[in-house]
Amino acid sequence: MKTRVLDKWQDSSLTEILTMCRDLVEDPDMPTVRRWRDAGGKVVGHFQVYFPEELAHAAGALPFKLRGAPVEPRMADARFGSYLCSILKTSLELVLSERVQLDMFVSHPICDAARNLAAIFERNVSHPSQILYLPQNANSAHTVNYLTGEYRRLLDEIQRVTEVEVSDDALRSSLIVFNENRRLMRELYAIKRDLPWALSAEDAYSLVCIGSMIPREEHNELLAAVLPQLRETDRKPQDRVRVVFEGGFCEQPPLDLIRLVGRTCYVVDDDLLIGLRYLTEDVPGDGDPLHALAHAYIESSSYSPVQHDLRKPKENMLMRRVREARADAVVLAAAKMCEPGLEEQVAYSHHLDAETLPYFVTEFEENMTSFSNLELQLETFTENLLFA
Amino acid sequence: MSKDNNEKHSIVGRGNRDGARLFRDWYKDLTDRAEAGEEAAYVFVMGSMSELLGNFGLPTVFPEINSLQTAVRRVAHEYLEEAENYGYSPDICGYVKADVAVQLRKGAHPMGRIPKPALAVLTNACNTYVKWAEIWERMHKDMPVVTIDVPGARDSRDDAGPGDKQFEHDRLYVEGQLRELIDTCTEVTGKRFDIDKFRESLAYANRMSVSWKRLLELNRATPSPFNALTDGTIYLGVANALRGTEAGAKYFEDLVEEMEYKVDKGIGCLTDEKYRLAFVGVPCYPIFRRFTEMFTEWGGNYVSSTYLWFASGGANRGFEFDLEKPIESYAEGTLLTMRDAMDSMFHQDRVLLGMVDEFKLDGIIYHPIKSCRTVSTGLADGRRHLTEQRDIPSLFLESDMMDRRVVSEAQMKNRVDAFFEGLASRRLQASRAEA
Repeated sequence: MKTRVLDKWQDSSLTEILTMCRDLVEDPDMPTVRRWRDAGGKVVGHFQVYFPEELAHAAGALPFKLRGAPVEPRMADARFGSYLCSILKTSLELVLSERVQLDMFVSHPICDAARNLAAIFERNVSHPSQILYLPQNANSAHTVNYLTGEYRRLLDEIQRVTEVEVSDDALRSSLIVFNENRRLMRELYAIKRDLPWALSAEDAYSLVCIGSMIPREEHNELLAAVLPQLRETDRKPQDRVRVVFEGGFCEQPPLDLIRLVGRTCYVVDDDLLIGLRYLTEDVPGDGDPLHALAHAYIESSSYSPVQHDLRKPKENMLMRRVREARADAVVLAAAKMCEPGLEEQVAYSHHLDAETLPYFVTEFEENMTSFSNLELQLETFTENLLFA
Repeated sequence: MSKDNNEKHSIVGRGNRDGARLFRDWYKDLTDRAEAGEEAAYVFVMGSMSELLGNFGLPTVFPEINSLQTAVRRVAHEYLEEAENYGYSPDICGYVKADVAVQLRKGAHPMGRIPKPALAVLTNACNTYVKWAEIWERMHKDMPVVTIDVPGARDSRDDAGPGDKQFEHDRLYVEGQLRELIDTCTEVTGKRFDIDKFRESLAYANRMSVSWKRLLELNRATPSPFNALTDGTIYLGVANALRGTEAGAKYFEDLVEEMEYKVDKGIGCLTDEKYRLAFVGVPCYPIFRRFTEMFTEWGGNYVSSTYLWFASGGANRGFEFDLEKPIESYAEGTLLTMRDAMDSMFHQDRVLLGMVDEFKLDGIIYHPIKSCRTVSTGLADGRRHLTEQRDIPSLFLESDMMDRRVVSEAQMKNRVDAFFEGLASRRLQASRAEA
């Protein structure tokens, strides 16, 4: 790894490291991305949810997840109509306002609104913008081959932009880095499940999120240093409801909202930034690495409202998450105007009714600033469970 | 009555009369089948696969058409309310919600009764199709759901076509899925796939496709022979409902004959066409007639509409299947036409740039709607981009295709009137400058 983008943290305390992560995650100027570019690096920006970041990494570029930001969409607002989620606007705003500078932008056909983004970016910025057609048919015998070819096409584009020729060995090296990263994030989630009192919900989130804006090797070092310290926590468990937070697959709730939920409950699992953790097993390094990545996306992956797979009815997947996390209840959130999220809320709530599992329904927006009503409602919900 | 007058009376208006009759018959057939306990294939307008499903005797049900009919018949609010009471948000697609209510009502619909699904086929032309099918999966347990995933253009420069490596890669993916759909249909119906019958359906689809392309071209004439919004929606209904059938092919050949006759005789849709407009988006069905009148009152006629491109599933290309290689060609045609339909939505500015001169446009009306983010998300930016390239007046009206709660007729009329006043003033200034 040539470029480091984090300030030296190795001698810092756990508290200082977590504070650094929170500050960086909340900073809409994305200083880590700026540092990478200032050092001459290329940046491949990709929209939510999943992106095969290994492809950009193997070409020496920084894969940067464009996940919106709590900023006012001053320039972007004129490019959109009403009835749209916030993340579309703020993601474009980050680029138009030059808070982040990209060398390439890739979006995916995850929803009706987001699939327009590549064309909108193309009309407004000078760097290449395009769609990666991740398959919407996970159940065809032809899908993995198709996706392998689609990854090959994307890699060709990345090579053109970065002017770096990517060998299979370079891809395999990237797989090793990202396999390690996913292993560490699985470890972090194991801590959330087993020792939820060891770290707050917003710190757990920040530790994951920061991975989307720094070189993955640096993220691996950070997690490798932090996780053992979390395991050795001297914090004591409290009498709190264990919840799964569902609805953070695309637009992200503000950190204050995550903090609020974590103050009231133990968030023992969630789908926040699920794209970074979408592949659930190591991607094998032997054979064709692009085929291995494509195979993993179809066969060894998590779930979200924007991937259709007959083998993964979402309410069953949610129940599995609940069981594995030993959760007592579910927070069913959806970003405002997020059609897939709002539709899934109905299926989830009907299923949870049938399962007689308590749940709390809410909507959020990344720019929201008032939380008092939500906090009151959530406290009432959890008190009802604790003192029932 | 003279011979000319007789001819005029038998031809002019025939398309709308026959279209309405065919559409009523089509709904009656669905109702009869539903009441006989027969099932249907649930499909969508962008990529219905009708030619293939007809091979197995499966009638097609288009939930989008069922939903818009509730709005045109002014009962959509009842259906929306029922779905919202079930849990669906006011902020999601109104078509989905109206269909949820139709399903909860066991098929009861203002046009008759909708059969239950034997299977559902969806494409990725609209992501809501995917979520919609997931709702059916939950409502109709054990019903097979088949996705035909069609990769669209990767960016605006992507013009990959037959013969290109990338195109062939995508085509093979589509072909593989189509063959899997055939297997599923065989399993569901117990009928064997008849390749000759399929060729016959493709031949009818070819005739319809050629006619559809010709029909759109004929509206370049001045005066234009039909209104692309009101008449066009009737034609769209027939194009989707009767695709791949002899009746559908004949209807469009007759329609072309009617429009050629009108162009030849200089018979316009309006008696005095003053302004030629393009419509971008999905119609305002809750006030369908009134919406159009706001424009025709000023002598404005919709000569073109992106709706007739994408909601016909890209039939505007006039693609003709190769009957010697029916499956391979069906995959190719599906890829090309669906990609065209998607481009008409995501890269609508490019489509419109061509229309300005071809249709001698005086203005463009953008109609983004709450219900459809596929069509609406890029419109404000597309308009901005187009305006930078061409000096063409445009109007941006936000409302909905289903939900009358977000349709403000008075406000809309104010803005339409102001738009036409601007057009009139612009024309006056231009004529003074010429003088």
